[in-house]
Amino acid sequence: MHFGLTLGSENLHALPSGALYWPAQKLLVVSDLHLGKSHRLARRAGQLLPPYESRATLQKLDADIAALRPATVVCLGDSFDDLESADSLDSADSLLLAQAMAGREWIWVEGNHDPGPLDLGGTHRAELKISGLSLRHIANPSERYEISGHFHPKARLAGQAKPCFLVDDQRLIMPAYGAYTGGLWTESPALTSLMQPRALAILTGTKARAIPMPR
Amino acid sequence: MLRAQADIAFARPAPNFCIMSPLPPLLSRWFAAKGWELQPHQQTMLASADRPSTLLIAPTGGGKTLAGFLPSLCELGENPPAGLHTLYISPLKALTADIRRNLRRPIEGAGLAIRVEDRTSDTAATARKRQRVDPPHILLTTPESLALLLSYEDSSKIFAGLQRVIVDEIHALAESKRGDQLSLLLTRLQSLAPSLRRVGLSATVEDPPALARFLGCNTQILNADPGPDPDISMLETPQAPPWAGAGGRYAIPEILNLIKAHRTTLIFHNTRAQAELFFHALWLSNIDTLPIGIHHGSLSREQRERVEAAMVAGELRAVVCTGSLDLGIDWGDVDLVVQVGAPKNVKRLVQRIGRANHRYNTPSKAFIVPANRFEVIECKAALDAVKAHNLDGEPRGAGPLDVLCQHILIHACAGAFDAVALYEQVITAGPYRHLLWDDFLKALDFVANGGYALRAYDRWQRLKQTNGLWHLRDPRSAALIRQNLGTIVDTEMLKVRFRSRGQALGEIEESFASSLTPGDTFLFAGQIVRYEGLNEMTVEVSRSTATDPKVAVYGGSKFSTSTLLADRILQILQQASWPDLPQHTADWLRLQAEVSRLPNRDTLLLESFPHDGREHLCIYGFAGRNAQQTLGLLVTKQMENQGLNPLGFVATDYATLIWGLSPVTDHAPLFAAKTLREGLENWLQSNALMKRTFRAVALVAGLTERSNQGRRKTGRQATFSSDILYDTLRRYDPEHLLLQVTRDEAMRGLIDFSRIEEMLTRVQGRIELRRLPRVTPLAAPLFLEPGKIPIQGQAREKLADSAAEALMKAAGLE
Repeated sequence: MHFGLTLGSENLHALPSGALYWPAQKLLVVSDLHLGKSHRLARRAGQLLPPYESRATLQKLDADIAALRPATVVCLGDSFDDLESADSLDSADSLLLAQAMAGREWIWVEGNHDPGPLDLGGTHRAELKISGLSLRHIANPSERYEISGHFHPKARLAGQAKPCFLVDDQRLIMPAYGAYTGGLWTESPALTSLMQPRALAILTGTKARAIPMPR
Repeated sequence: MLRAQADIAFARPAPNFCIMSPLPPLLSRWFAAKGWELQPHQQTMLASADRPSTLLIAPTGGGKTLAGFLPSLCELGENPPAGLHTLYISPLKALTADIRRNLRRPIEGAGLAIRVEDRTSDTAATARKRQRVDPPHILLTTPESLALLLSYEDSSKIFAGLQRVIVDEIHALAESKRGDQLSLLLTRLQSLAPSLRRVGLSATVEDPPALARFLGCNTQILNADPGPDPDISMLETPQAPPWAGAGGRYAIPEILNLIKAHRTTLIFHNTRAQAELFFHALWLSNIDTLPIGIHHGSLSREQRERVEAAMVAGELRAVVCTGSLDLGIDWGDVDLVVQVGAPKNVKRLVQRIGRANHRYNTPSKAFIVPANRFEVIECKAALDAVKAHNLDGEPRGAGPLDVLCQHILIHACAGAFDAVALYEQVITAGPYRHLLWDDFLKALDFVANGGYALRAYDRWQRLKQTNGLWHLRDPRSAALIRQNLGTIVDTEMLKVRFRSRGQALGEIEESFASSLTPGDTFLFAGQIVRYEGLNEMTVEVSRSTATDPKVAVYGGSKFSTSTLLADRILQILQQASWPDLPQHTADWLRLQAEVSRLPNRDTLLLESFPHDGREHLCIYGFAGRNAQQTLGLLVTKQMENQGLNPLGFVATDYATLIWGLSPVTDHAPLFAAKTLREGLENWLQSNALMKRTFRAVALVAGLTERSNQGRRKTGRQATFSSDILYDTLRRYDPEHLLLQVTRDEAMRGLIDFSRIEEMLTRVQGRIELRRLPRVTPLAAPLFLEPGKIPIQGQAREKLADSAAEALMKAAGLE
């Protein structure tokens, strides 16, 4: 069950999966997929994590797309853990991604992990503006009505930690959608300085639940 | 007088001085000047110095440690050649520092040119570096520091001349993964130094041959005179123990009297939370303001050191403590031990009693305080076991593969290796003597490329094979591997500080911290503090005067009653009458026998009765807390399937009480071994206990890294929960090696299904269900037990909903 919210004059749905749906635009936003993370860790540090996180993330995305049938999908940066990771998807993962992209507009917004165009089809943008809302990877503190990602916010409710959306009347920060992504507690100064005192944290999980942003 | 000094020194003044010849003249002369003679077991140790492996079992205070070092002192002699001769390994860092101080006395006293140094995580980096270039004659260390030392490329040089290794408190190491790792490290030492001889030292051993096998093949066992039996009894109080609870606070007046009547008393508790609660209550009743301290593993090092120093100085009359004072050093002149709560395990009780009055040939004095009515029986069973010298100890299974994985990594850091040669070395370790080549290959495969069904890392292997030898693909990865060595896995802990002064108090578990909201009060380090907030991964608190604080929870510190004690309890219950038990307890059992019956070994007793508008089922399995809890999860799941509407349950060491809407009238479908096993396979796998077990396995095997405070501070969290890895593996790679290791371990540990199987085998299908009109005497205390578990599923969702609602409402944000 989603949580409905308003940013500027637009109605948005924060989904339990960590995706954001914009019904008026038939647009789905996901952020920080970090596909290929296990490969990057293996390359860089020799840590051999279960190499299934791209599969898990793409299957979750497939499910959201199948349920909502968006006309446009925006991946809000750090879609790949680095540019080399884009090449590391195995054939099954590539097929999953191709199926997801088929028949709709697909926009890759660049992030700090994946600055630059990817060899995967779709459109590549540094940031974009749609119907009064700005979409970019890292929040710009002076911007109004902005949707961004990057920070992987997380919060606790009833003893359980979950990735969460943060929202106030100026901006919305997306949770990380990828399977292997750590989080930053909402109490951290990086987040408390960006969000206004009455901001909400919307926790993901079986159901999207809003609480006052813990700070 | 410091007890540890007596231990290292020499027990008895010699009436007619005589000493065996192999001692260096300087040392003999010094002994003679002191008027000491060697004890028989110390002489035997000297005589058997050339045996490949010796296990010495001697009581604390029997000069055990000196016996271990004597052969080294003799071999090193008066003009020792440079190089490492003896390695001493202890489970406690503090013990190495203490032994160093105490070894100095005979060495310096006799004027021997022997260098003794310790090497632990507390040793300065410069000293550690120098030790690798110029090792001392005797190096004192821990298994973790040894693992690190053996991972360096120059380890073959450091250890080439090693002659002797001494493993102290070997029984304590042998029952955990630290011991499994140590056994592997010993095989590596042996290969570097073929003439190495091993010595194991222990005071409390339930199965000497098993411990001897652990130390090495061809181990001879030496038994020293065990000394007199301890003077131990149950504390009698005018007030009967309460029906339930674990604190033992009812006995505080009598315990205070005991403290007054003795020099220094150690008051042991089974958990840190109980120690905190007891200390708080004791302090409130301490009108004479006797100096009393608290000591447990979650307190900051400074706090603990302050208490230890005060004890050494004889400034404290009592210390409330936990397992943190079980082993090793004796701080101060302890003449009484009080164990509050049933000891759960006879060996631990004996160990704790041994903390008192360690003069050879003087009995230790101890009292045991049952915390509730049922524990009276358990304490009686424990006392009987101590008198019968009947120690328990669950036999440890074969060496686990996660520890082997880490050992392979250590090897790879030190240099290239041949797989067959390493396998042959590994199977000389006691715990791995039955290891199959196939399982060794699985571990090697995991270390090399992750061991995944999806062969994703062929290009990025961690280990590669060149000219038949395995080596690190990237030698730089050794640094990261070294940071993660060791088999001790701590729960995620957060530091606790006073907000005003920044003074550190200790640590609490992250899960407990996450349950706090600002304004909550809890007991910590013997005082009541108020939770102010979380700042940079530190829990900030202020002093509080609240009267009803919460209690900090520390996971993993709950022991289960051992099988031996459970069996002895069942024996007591089967007696026709109980003249040895206090009247109140005997009356209680008599009433149970009249109203229903007493449980026995051969039959599983179930009682079903209505109470307070709910139906109840009580299962007297006597399988220990963990297994009874698992039984509760499995049986309520079956009840849910059958529409019996279970609502919740509570488990103790001896029984599980389930409540729900409908009575159980047919037990057969609930308790079939096959059904229980299927439940375990099908859904218990996603249980939090499995995830906790996996977390430890993943760390030890080298899949994940220890979270380190330095990295956390960078803000962006690089780590993510191992729960996600567990779920991912279960979904995409269910046969993965680490999932197999996790299942094996949980079955013996947190889930403890092995004891459910044991119980089912014991009763052989003989299950008796008694339908009764009301609560029975034996079941009644269970109603007062804390830790009731609601049935999972919708309950948790509802909880989160109402918590979110309440928060929004409080903030005026609906």
